[in-house]
Amino acid sequence: MSPRRLTRVAMTATTLVLAGSLVACGSSGPSGGSGGGGTAQVWALQDTTLNPIEQASIDRFNDSSDAGEAELQTFGNDPYKQRLRTAINSANAPDVFFNWGGGNLKEYVDAGKIEDLTPMLDENPELRDAFLPSVLAGAEIDGKQYGLPMRGVQPVLLFNNKEVLASAGITESPATWDELLDDVAKLEAQGITPIALAGSQSWTELMWAEYLLDRVGGPEVFQNIRDGKNGGWEQPEVLQAMTMLKDLIDAGAFGDDFASVGYDVGGASTILAQGQAGFHLMGSWEFTNQLGQSPDFVTAGNLGYGPFPAVAGGKGDPSNLVGNVSNFYSVTKDSENKDAALEYVRTALTDESYVSDLVAAGDVMPITGVRDQLAAGDNADYTTTIYDQVADAQNFQLSWDQDLQSEVSTKMLTELQNFFLGEQTPEGFVSALAG
Amino acid sequence: MAVKGRERPSGWYLVPALTFFGVFAVLPMVLVVYLSFTDWDGFGFPSLSGGGNWSRLLQDSEVWRSLKLTLVFMVLGWVVQTPIALMIGVWAAGRQRNRAVLSSIFFLPVLLSTAAIALLWNSVFDPNFGLTNEIPLLRDINFLGDSSIVVYAVAWVLTWQYVPFHTLLYQSAARGIPVSIYEAATIDGAGRYKQFFRITLPLLRYTVITSTVLMLVGSVTTFDTILILTGGGPGTATRIAPLYMYVTGFSGYEFGYASAIAVILVLLGAVLSLAVTRLTGFRAMTSQQEGL
Repeated sequence: MSPRRLTRVAMTATTLVLAGSLVACGSSGPSGGSGGGGTAQVWALQDTTLNPIEQASIDRFNDSSDAGEAELQTFGNDPYKQRLRTAINSANAPDVFFNWGGGNLKEYVDAGKIEDLTPMLDENPELRDAFLPSVLAGAEIDGKQYGLPMRGVQPVLLFNNKEVLASAGITESPATWDELLDDVAKLEAQGITPIALAGSQSWTELMWAEYLLDRVGGPEVFQNIRDGKNGGWEQPEVLQAMTMLKDLIDAGAFGDDFASVGYDVGGASTILAQGQAGFHLMGSWEFTNQLGQSPDFVTAGNLGYGPFPAVAGGKGDPSNLVGNVSNFYSVTKDSENKDAALEYVRTALTDESYVSDLVAAGDVMPITGVRDQLAAGDNADYTTTIYDQVADAQNFQLSWDQDLQSEVSTKMLTELQNFFLGEQTPEGFVSALAG
Repeated sequence: MAVKGRERPSGWYLVPALTFFGVFAVLPMVLVVYLSFTDWDGFGFPSLSGGGNWSRLLQDSEVWRSLKLTLVFMVLGWVVQTPIALMIGVWAAGRQRNRAVLSSIFFLPVLLSTAAIALLWNSVFDPNFGLTNEIPLLRDINFLGDSSIVVYAVAWVLTWQYVPFHTLLYQSAARGIPVSIYEAATIDGAGRYKQFFRITLPLLRYTVITSTVLMLVGSVTTFDTILILTGGGPGTATRIAPLYMYVTGFSGYEFGYASAIAVILVLLGAVLSLAVTRLTGFRAMTSQQEGL
């Protein structure tokens, strides 16, 4: 048995043993393999809004291009990550695939699985110029470009319920951390949970840590952690930020119930919409989500939003953002349909119809000059605010859980959840991750 | 006793079962043992790491905590579920019409998928919008968010999910007990309780063992309900060993280390079922109804 074959058998077998009995998480993937035939397989996430747009883009490509054909396959979020990981070694690997950029993509790059797109951008400088640089940087690894943005930017914002804030005498989204603490006290005095938090899913808690560390120490602190420099987690700014967060939690800012609140229907978003909480720190998709789940709340103009507050004396610029920079399409190095794959990525993402379809769906594409389209579209106030924030941001940090190595990220999320539950101190958090 | 002259089935009859067992049980197990001695993040080839994973396993307090939690669920599950299933099963074995109707309602959870059950109870326990939030005394309890309560909440859901299946086992077994035994006992003046403890229970002995083995081994692999119900949380309060293996393998992509945990679970399951069958004399199964 050749080593390659052994790997494949071992992979299948591991999947069988580790996941075989775990029926609930199985997904019914696409039937049949990809392989040859000249059709590039494009893998993306299931999304009722985006999938038709992606399909339309692929249909246009198939009609007009002579470089080959493309075909869209979609997967649920968690099964997707596992499937991609196992498929990338196999004959069923995709040719073009959806990803989050950052450290997560870097693992694939380090394994030699991803095609360098830099030559393509060098040949087509207008393509490079089409995207906002801070977003393009999300898939740049060691100075090379390994993916191109394929959908809107998703920075994290501090959303609020204007009606609730008004009832507590708060008129504006807090500009500083001290103002936020004041607002928390005012809301508590009214008997309202100050901040909604979907604490059963630790990535929602992570947003607080990400922003606080940025505001306290600037983006370099996390970059050092990621790159294993300068003491990593043991940099003093981490402890400082986590201590501030601890004070916020201990002040009861998130209420008593957050540990079992989720971010699905009936979760944190509903709590905000129904006026049971004042604030909610969430990705920009929260707006679309609220529009779908609680349309009256949004159309009545009660959903407010603002940037994360600044920290007095902190080193991070208040314009800095964290969140999902964007999602990217990358091309696999071993692709058997590389011509079609590269051609698709080169032509389809800046295509006018594709961009305008996404804009119409409320996505803020990181494309220079898209602002006018946004201003003329629905919810222009919101979409142009997002665009301006991203265009003006000094730094746009990818969510830590996507930017760190999977094993570190998994451990961090566990420790963070314990931290929010009060079972871990700021010092304990630091030493658990540093150790 | 084999009847003389009757030919036994040829050995070839074993082939399908053996092939299936070999390909889907033995081979993966062998490979998992191999993987437990490697480092592998899913890319490229597993690289041998000697006993690295195993020495890490010995020092990883999280593994032992999660194994302890698995044992807690196992014991809690057996202690709670066995008497309930036994009682309902024996009751449901009666031929009365109301029992038939009611027991078919009791068996409903068997028909529901695990995902549905977990999602159902997740919404029931929701601290803001759940059913328990409408009930005065239960309102203040955060069933899935309080680390000290969540274990019992999960045990409750598992009981709700699995009792009907075991009830079914006891029902059919209890129906197999000849009526003549009870008639004889009645003539001898034995009351209901005496009949239950002297006749029903002893004759259900092997069913109790079967059900116990299924429960014990099942709780080593219980996973899906807890994954969907709590995700192992809050924090790590319900992160049982199979869940820890899953998180290590499929979130952290440390397949080598996850395989080491898997080996421990395989051993635990095997030892448990062997121990139960040995200790109870299950292997020397004899007929309980000779002469009837």
